[in-house]
Amino acid sequence: MTDEQIVSELAVILNEVAGVDQSKVSADKSFLDDLEVDSLSMVEVVMAAEDKFGVKIPDEEVKNLRTVGDAVAFIKKSA
Amino acid sequence: MGLMQGKTILVTGVLTDHSIAFSVAKLIQDEGGTAILTSFGRAMGATQRANSRLPKLAEIIELDVTDNDNLTALPDALKKITKKLDGVVHAIGFAPQSALGGNFLNTEWPDVATALHVSAYSFKSLSMACLDLMPEGGSIVGLDFDATVSWPQYDWMGVAKSALESTSRYLARHLGPKNIRVNLIAAGPVNTVAAKHIPGFEKFEDAWAARAPLGWKVADPIPSAKAVVALLSDWFPSTTGEIIHVDGGYHSMGA
Repeated sequence: MTDEQIVSELAVILNEVAGVDQSKVSADKSFLDDLEVDSLSMVEVVMAAEDKFGVKIPDEEVKNLRTVGDAVAFIKKSA
Repeated sequence: MGLMQGKTILVTGVLTDHSIAFSVAKLIQDEGGTAILTSFGRAMGATQRANSRLPKLAEIIELDVTDNDNLTALPDALKKITKKLDGVVHAIGFAPQSALGGNFLNTEWPDVATALHVSAYSFKSLSMACLDLMPEGGSIVGLDFDATVSWPQYDWMGVAKSALESTSRYLARHLGPKNIRVNLIAAGPVNTVAAKHIPGFEKFEDAWAARAPLGWKVADPIPSAKAVVALLSDWFPSTTGEIIHVDGGYHSMGA
């Protein structure tokens, strides 16, 4: 998968879980500050992403995933 | 035959597959029993996703333990799914941010009240709401964090856990005549969503690594979950009002 494909899949998940406008999702956006995805929504986003991309995102890793780009990098590394 | 054969247990607090309660539900299923989950509000989506990772899909009931209407509706919701319950797992705790993280001296009562309501009083409310489904007795187990001492950062959550410990002893006193056992597991620190909300959680991790004679893995909820399931089983028939430490032995070491 390309970075763009991962971002657009993440946008679908963020919309489904937290009602985020898909057009606002890009690599440089912070989950919390820009997209207003709080920790409770993030819990669900992480599980949805694990299912979607077939990766394991350990709890201690989640706090390092500040931006959408961080998540893309982690998913590419783990896939 | 599995340890939980024929038993139906209400398990609260499954938020992700890292939750201690998730491992409890999984072990109940592995041991031949049935788990019924609860969740509410915005947590429901996460609980549903965690549920799909269980060996068998469990029923989920909407339950906010601080909502009287929810608690009143619980027996009927349960009766639609099961004839009886053999046990209940209370894996619920919450404190507002102002009640944690070193702000102890300045936390206002409404935030303290929230912590006590969700984390301690709810042990009583949940038990009472399930009473009708346990006419022949049962086992109620709650998740505790050793409250006999103070901890850095834990603040009013620690006070809430003290209240939980005392609530458990009084429930044991009042429910014993109904053949209902009430016990707590005082787990070591486990890296769950709940733990991530405790600022400075890493300090606990380091303390345990240095002191627990059996060692301790913060990423492993299984030891705590096994102890919960043991207490739910028929193998602790005369134990109630007890707190079992599942902490690698940390609590018994002076240094």
